[in-house]
Amino acid sequence: MANRITLEVTRYHPAHDEKPRLEAYEVPLRKEWVVLDALNYIKDHLDGSLSFRWSCRMGVCGSCGMTVNGVPKLTCATFLSDYAPGPVRVEPMKNFPVLRDLIVDTSDFLLKLAKSKPWIIRKVEKPLDEEYFQTPTQLDAYKQFSMCINCMLCYAACQVYGLDPLFSGPAAIALAQRYNLDSRDQGAGERLDILSHHEGIWGCTFVGECTKVCPNNVDPAGAIQQYKLTATMEWVKSFVLPRGAK
Amino acid sequence: MLDISSHDVVLVGGGGAGLRAAIAISEAAPNLSVAVVSKVYPMRSHTVAAEGGAAGVRLADDSLDDHAYDTISGGDWLCDQDAVEVFVKEAPVELMRLEHWGCPWSREPDGRIAVRSFGGMKNTRTWFAADKTGFHMLHTLFQTSLKYDAVTRYDEYYVTRLLVDDGRVQGVVALELTTGKVQAITAKAVILCTGGCGRVFRFTTNAAIKTGDGMALAYRAGAPLKDMEFVQYHPTGLPFTGILITEAARAEGGYLLNKDGYRYLQDYNLGTAEPKPVLRSMELGPRDRLSQAFVREQEKGRTVAGPYGPVVNLDLRHLGAKTISAKLPFVRELCLKYEHIDPITQVIPVRPVVHYMMGGVHTDLNGATPVKGLYAAGEVACVSINGANRLGSNSLPELLVFGARAGRAAAAYAAEQKPPARHLLAQALDEEARLQEQFLQKSGGREPIADLRDEMQKIMEQCAGIYRSGESLAGAAGKLHELQDRFRDIRLDDRGHLFNTELISALELSCMLEVAETMAQCAMERTESRGAHQRTDYPARNDEKFLAHSMTYRTTEGRPRVGYAPVTITRWPPAERVYGR
Ligand SMILES: Cc1cc2nc3c(=O)[nH]c(=O)nc-3n(C[C@H](O)[C@H](O)[C@H](O)COP(=O)(O)OP(=O)(O)OC[C@H]3O[C@@H](n4cnc5c(N)ncnc54)[C@H](O)[C@@H]3O)c2cc1C
Ligand code: FES
Repeated sequence: MANRITLEVTRYHPAHDEKPRLEAYEVPLRKEWVVLDALNYIKDHLDGSLSFRWSCRMGVCGSCGMTVNGVPKLTCATFLSDYAPGPVRVEPMKNFPVLRDLIVDTSDFLLKLAKSKPWIIRKVEKPLDEEYFQTPTQLDAYKQFSMCINCMLCYAACQVYGLDPLFSGPAAIALAQRYNLDSRDQGAGERLDILSHHEGIWGCTFVGECTKVCPNNVDPAGAIQQYKLTATMEWVKSFVLPRGAK
Repeated sequence: MLDISSHDVVLVGGGGAGLRAAIAISEAAPNLSVAVVSKVYPMRSHTVAAEGGAAGVRLADDSLDDHAYDTISGGDWLCDQDAVEVFVKEAPVELMRLEHWGCPWSREPDGRIAVRSFGGMKNTRTWFAADKTGFHMLHTLFQTSLKYDAVTRYDEYYVTRLLVDDGRVQGVVALELTTGKVQAITAKAVILCTGGCGRVFRFTTNAAIKTGDGMALAYRAGAPLKDMEFVQYHPTGLPFTGILITEAARAEGGYLLNKDGYRYLQDYNLGTAEPKPVLRSMELGPRDRLSQAFVREQEKGRTVAGPYGPVVNLDLRHLGAKTISAKLPFVRELCLKYEHIDPITQVIPVRPVVHYMMGGVHTDLNGATPVKGLYAAGEVACVSINGANRLGSNSLPELLVFGARAGRAAAAYAAEQKPPARHLLAQALDEEARLQEQFLQKSGGREPIADLRDEMQKIMEQCAGIYRSGESLAGAAGKLHELQDRFRDIRLDDRGHLFNTELISALELSCMLEVAETMAQCAMERTESRGAHQRTDYPARNDEKFLAHSMTYRTTEGRPRVGYAPVTITRWPPAERVYGR
């Protein structure tokens, strides 16, 4: 293995760059290094002004999503040596406005997440000394969707979101579905009204790019399909059944 | 450039403690406006990384007194026992509240919440969500917090100082990262929930954001830091990355083996090597004793040489694929991803790694610090329930119990205060000017941030690690002071406003240097060995002199001055710590 590798990194500062450009940096190639380690090497030793987000370096905080050789990746879980001999191209995530260098503006997701009411909704609460029983099978019904780390790779991969920013998007729908399927929750109806009124959900063609790039096998594409199905059923019911008989 | 906004209570930090506090305020006083200011989006906070679980008495054969005793003996009698009693009583209630909010706790076949064993606990009482407990707790809290309209979030704002007037904390100054704008956020009360400071050391399980900011903010505002010499090394970190392999791996039955495949802990007064896990024994002993045993084993030449220093092996193979996949899926994923090792068929190389800060901002049982209007909760605070050594799975419930308490107390206090003083604005303008002068518009500067940080981490590791001596600590204190001087000559490549992560790194480094100095000073002055603080020159515990909390104040010259305060003993007089017998 050669002991150095070249990274081509997007640099962009709106104050002095008209548009993003690529800058090449040569860094040591070490077998235990992930792409994020190489970025930190650049920041510490070559150019302190390179900006990117990161925190946990163990694939769980969801901060470090970028585009690596064209594919949305968590850079702390992507090994540099997999791209040897290089060069490795590191760009910001697609489908989001770029604030600077590798940092994109994901605030849109936060608004969409809040809109989908990702919390337990119940008509009557039990007192705090009682628990809601939930068998392992009931837990398994939503567990997968609860594994979402909000890393946004699925939005970066989603063609529908790229074209139609009003689309709630894969993660927000997966998280809504996480609560819908939770045996302790009674809010599915409320959430359905919010999420299915926009046509984005119907635009999803089940290409499944979101599911492919998900680092935690959350399967947002599956959540969207489930959602469509429920929404269609509700729609049919609204014709077949008399008003209020939902 | 300066922006101003105003709230009743400002929370600095959106991790487990901060979010629990925010919800507590909204529930106790829905009319109060609450701000959650966080340098990362709340769900990125390091609570997300917690794996093993959260302790709270649950089974019929367990008792609050047992949990209290385990905690107090685990903390080598430095815990305040009134705080521990409150903690063990409220922990199960708080954990159940999270159940009601949707936390996906792991379950028994009949649907009841399951519990697992943990180190240093004599009964099984640790609630868990597989081995991503912190992740699920944090996302549950964050998602639940979204339903409270009175909570305003300041995501990606970095707090640089507290606004203090008339002896009262009345807000914060923060940098909005996306624009670089300085913002004054005034409030009637401020709660620090900024987490720990593991990044002061090089080899740590802690995320990049754990830089002791809140400790430094409080210390600079005149609040004392308590028990800063007590740093927890977790016995099982992956070499190079420092990624944690949770204690749950040992609770499920994992063995720690030296280079001869021998369960060496039996040589260190931790019990005999039984095939099945025994509570408060061997691999389920407390973290301080296990990390110390590693160093002893290394001295005997019985550790395994690895590319990143000596290691021992954590063996899970006998647990079988089914248990590993069901109970420890994240451990397996981390090993596969970062070490290319499958724990079902291979042993895992591990070594002790800096993990948790027992010390922190001194508070009472309601999170109040001695400075009026300033509260603290979570890892940044020292109530103290952790004493000289925290037990695994006590921190997550601590965030909930004391986050909620601090929230309620701050809400009650805020309700009685007048609006913040007008002239706070002048302080905020001063702070804006300081950031310009010292960093953004400074000419020259020769010291790269990375160099100073590396040197600090090296000093701490060499002098303030698992074993310390008076001589090495004195050297460390001197060198840290030198680094403080060199920090004034810091070099920045980035002078822009927009998302200047280099400026943030510089500000974090200044906090870490301040915090590191207090650690070295307290460790030097505590001439005894207790829990995680082991002095080679004073190997015994000395209750006569040191059954006391160290309290560090910042002098006007910016140096640490250490005093002592008594430990509260209610029902458990100091005794020997006994494990494995
Ligand atoms: C890998 C790992 C595993 C663990 N496992 C367990 C376990 O199984 N059980 C257990 O009980 N404990 C465990 N712990 C310990 C426990 O997770 C932590 O002590 C706890 O999560 C800390 O929570 P917190 O809310 O105090 O701080 P954090 O979650 O660290 O949050 C700190 C917050 O403060 C904000 N902040 C900090 N500085 C500033 C600033 N200057 N301006 C603005 N915002 C700021 C950050 O943005 C963040 O939102 C583990 C710790 C680690 C590292
Ligand atoms: S840094 Fe946390 S997911 Fe990569």
